[in-house]
Amino acid sequence: MALDVRQAAPAPVRERPRRETTTAFVVSRIVVLSVAAAILLYAVPPLVATGSWVALGLLCAVSAAIVYLYLTRRFIPAKYLIPGTVFLIAFQVFPVVYTVTTAFTNFGDGHRGDKAAAVTAIETGSVRQAPGSPEYTLSVALRGEELVFLLVDPATKRVSLGTADGLTPLDGAKVGVTGKVLTAPGLTVLKAPEAAARGPEITALAVPTDDGVIKANGLSRAVEGKAALVYDAACDCVRGDGDTWTADESQGYFVNATGEHLAQGWQVNVGLDNFARVLTNPTISGYFAGVLGWNLAFALASVLGCFGLGMGVALALHHPRMRGTKIYRIVLILPYAMPAFAMLLVWRDMFNRDFGLINQLLGAEIDWLGQTGTARLGVILVNIWLGFPYMFLVTTGALQAIPRELTEAASIDGATPFKAFRRVTLPLLLVALTPLLISAFAYNFNNYNAIALTTDGGPFPADSPQVGSTDLLITYTFRLAFGAGGAQFGFAAAISVFIFAIVAVISTVAFRRTRKQEEVYA
Amino acid sequence: MRMRALGVAALATLAFAATACGSSPSAAPTAAPGTSAPASASAAAGGGALVIWADPLRVKPLQPFAEQFGTENGVTVEVKEISKDNQMTFLTASQQGSGPDIVIGAHDWIGNLVQNGAIDPVTLTEEQKASFSPKAIQAVTFNGQIYGAPYALENIALIRNTDLAPDAPATIEEMIGKGKELKEAGKVKEVLCIPVGQKGDAFHVYPIFASGGGALFGTTASGDPDPKQVLLGSEDSVKAFGKLKELGEKGDGALRTSLTNENYIVNFAGGKCAYLVSGPWAISEVKKGGIKYDISAVPAFKDGKPATPFVGVQSFFVASKGKNKALAQEFVANYVTNKDVAKALYDADPRPPALTAALEEVKASDPDAVKFLDAGKDGMPMPAIPEMAAIWEPFGIAENAVVKGGDAAKAATAAQKAIDGSLKN
Repeated sequence: MALDVRQAAPAPVRERPRRETTTAFVVSRIVVLSVAAAILLYAVPPLVATGSWVALGLLCAVSAAIVYLYLTRRFIPAKYLIPGTVFLIAFQVFPVVYTVTTAFTNFGDGHRGDKAAAVTAIETGSVRQAPGSPEYTLSVALRGEELVFLLVDPATKRVSLGTADGLTPLDGAKVGVTGKVLTAPGLTVLKAPEAAARGPEITALAVPTDDGVIKANGLSRAVEGKAALVYDAACDCVRGDGDTWTADESQGYFVNATGEHLAQGWQVNVGLDNFARVLTNPTISGYFAGVLGWNLAFALASVLGCFGLGMGVALALHHPRMRGTKIYRIVLILPYAMPAFAMLLVWRDMFNRDFGLINQLLGAEIDWLGQTGTARLGVILVNIWLGFPYMFLVTTGALQAIPRELTEAASIDGATPFKAFRRVTLPLLLVALTPLLISAFAYNFNNYNAIALTTDGGPFPADSPQVGSTDLLITYTFRLAFGAGGAQFGFAAAISVFIFAIVAVISTVAFRRTRKQEEVYA
Repeated sequence: MRMRALGVAALATLAFAATACGSSPSAAPTAAPGTSAPASASAAAGGGALVIWADPLRVKPLQPFAEQFGTENGVTVEVKEISKDNQMTFLTASQQGSGPDIVIGAHDWIGNLVQNGAIDPVTLTEEQKASFSPKAIQAVTFNGQIYGAPYALENIALIRNTDLAPDAPATIEEMIGKGKELKEAGKVKEVLCIPVGQKGDAFHVYPIFASGGGALFGTTASGDPDPKQVLLGSEDSVKAFGKLKELGEKGDGALRTSLTNENYIVNFAGGKCAYLVSGPWAISEVKKGGIKYDISAVPAFKDGKPATPFVGVQSFFVASKGKNKALAQEFVANYVTNKDVAKALYDADPRPPALTAALEEVKASDPDAVKFLDAGKDGMPMPAIPEMAAIWEPFGIAENAVVKGGDAAKAATAAQKAIDGSLKN
């Protein structure tokens, strides 16, 4: 197929270089160049701000390449291929590479940042107010260029000067009714907006005392506190509270002698652990075959159901004696025009046993989503309802491309309409539609929304609360990775790799077969 | 031939688009850096700007106070609305360096936010601590540190239709008896409106479960829930699940899987049941239904333990990766602990304020707030430990199983096993 694209694309282009520059040519050039420039201008400041030099370099290189390509008259094929390639890399290749690399880490809740961030979080989180220490009223002042604290003890009204060197008593300061210092000799007291502008400096200033440090708590208060836990680079450990937690680089946690870890961890490379967990954990591997079986059945039933129904309707409307086709088409397209997200929720409520529309219409008491069989039937029905208009549309399109003479010739040769359809129309349709059917299969194989919004995997058997009877691999994975114990991106990525492999194998096999089929009918 | 080649090319593009749309959710984090980078730039460029993230309900009431704070301090304050997955959005953005300075959320986020190093402790003076209800302070305390400024308390209670059930039931048995009586008389369609759904609802059923003797976690020496001791499969919990089974579809029919989070309030507001187990958020809908109602505590079983609901505390958190931590601390510790802010937030979304002074004011005009608070008097602050995340779903599924008539011991053991399994990971 890739070959066809290349054959098709350059064909009308080849004459261009010899022709005079047309308006369309100029306009398209300006558009491409201005889009590239806009992206560059938009993305550079944040990249510089966060110091992402690699990304910045890549961005500049790509922009330079695009500008060069479109300002010269040469490289005609590249002009068409480059934008697509850039998007392909940005939206397909990069996510795949990122997913695969994530699969080798423990990235997730508790392990989101790096070690330095974890250490900071541990230390700041353990700062406790020194017992019995005053809660100072704070004013921020400048001594020359240096930022200093003016601290008023609310009980004694004594004013002290706090600097990075320590705390010293200060005489001659005037204290206002709010308890804040109004003026002080030799110092410029900052007003609220001026102080607010120096927020980061204020946060950073620590006034050392005998028991710990005095730090600002907002702009108007300061407290004396002490970090109960302190990181010691010499032993790569955290000490305090009468215990020592040593860094364990294989887990990304600080662990003490009894094996307990501090809450904050960091991201580390865990090698093949995530993959091993998928294969060896009995709650995953034990249910895998069952879930995969239903997953295949669901995807097949959805695709064949959508295709069967869509094609049937398209054939009916394609019949030359059919009247009012426009109205029918509009009505048939409706499900496709509705937001699937909302419709899935509506369907879920329609399936409700006591309050749902379906049981009320049928006068039945069926617990649709509460039993395995009916729940599975239900989700397939909903999915077909949502998907068939698409198949109807594409089949209609493909049918227009099949010359009527072919079926007419068949009927002259004495074929029944069914035989003509079976032998002439269907094969020609399939040549055009099989790639679509395969991609629809791949899509439905991972159709998270269809399940999550209707049954959410349920019904669940009482003895296994983790795997429900309508769970697809993707919903099941999502529950394992994000349902319990917070988000586990690394683990989720590893399972995604497995699912990707399954879908890739199925699609490859199917495409190979299609190519053979094309050779027969083309 | 050329027509066909073009057609196939077009179809291939379509196919490509289709598969691209179906890419797995694990690709989501990769999308984040691209989208969040510009946001961080605007925050960095703003200099003295304070960014607050809130859910839709709280954006409007906060706005005037944010502006006032901004004027007083000569900075701009932006209150940004985040409508979905606030905790996850905050964590991802914070990690990318594009998060806010302040975020508003429920206190049970604390454990997870702390383990990800996303929030800083908030230092409140003794005086400030004393101005809050003790339960609110207990809720926002994690590992001995206060991590947020609480502003509203919420818990579920029993709301009853006083035309149908004039008296507050003293026990669950009494309530069920009355509900069944009304149902047999054709006056209501359901015995009790409480959401169960296909996956159970641990939050709403918890008071009944607790009254039946069930428990989630053991307690540590300091009185905090102990994640090492999951008690869902314990003997007492099995008994409690047994009680839920008796109330379920094969028993009294008070718990029904067809009552879901989407329809349980509507059913009550439509007069289809005499009793509703829900929180302050149900009141506006109930009022719309024109029902005469009263609020009391969820009753306990006769001779059972007290029916303790979960108490949730909405709080302001200071983001540890915020650009303006001094300002954020000032806002959270010294400004929103102000009575007027609490009152304004209450007016926008009537949940009882955590600040005692604001509550006193609210009490005078809104008896419902007092009744809800009374109903949650013995409530248990929802455990804020990150391990709590592992409880909800297995608990709910076990509830669903017994409501449908499944074996209580089997359901409880399976839930315990699932939770133990995920906590070890």
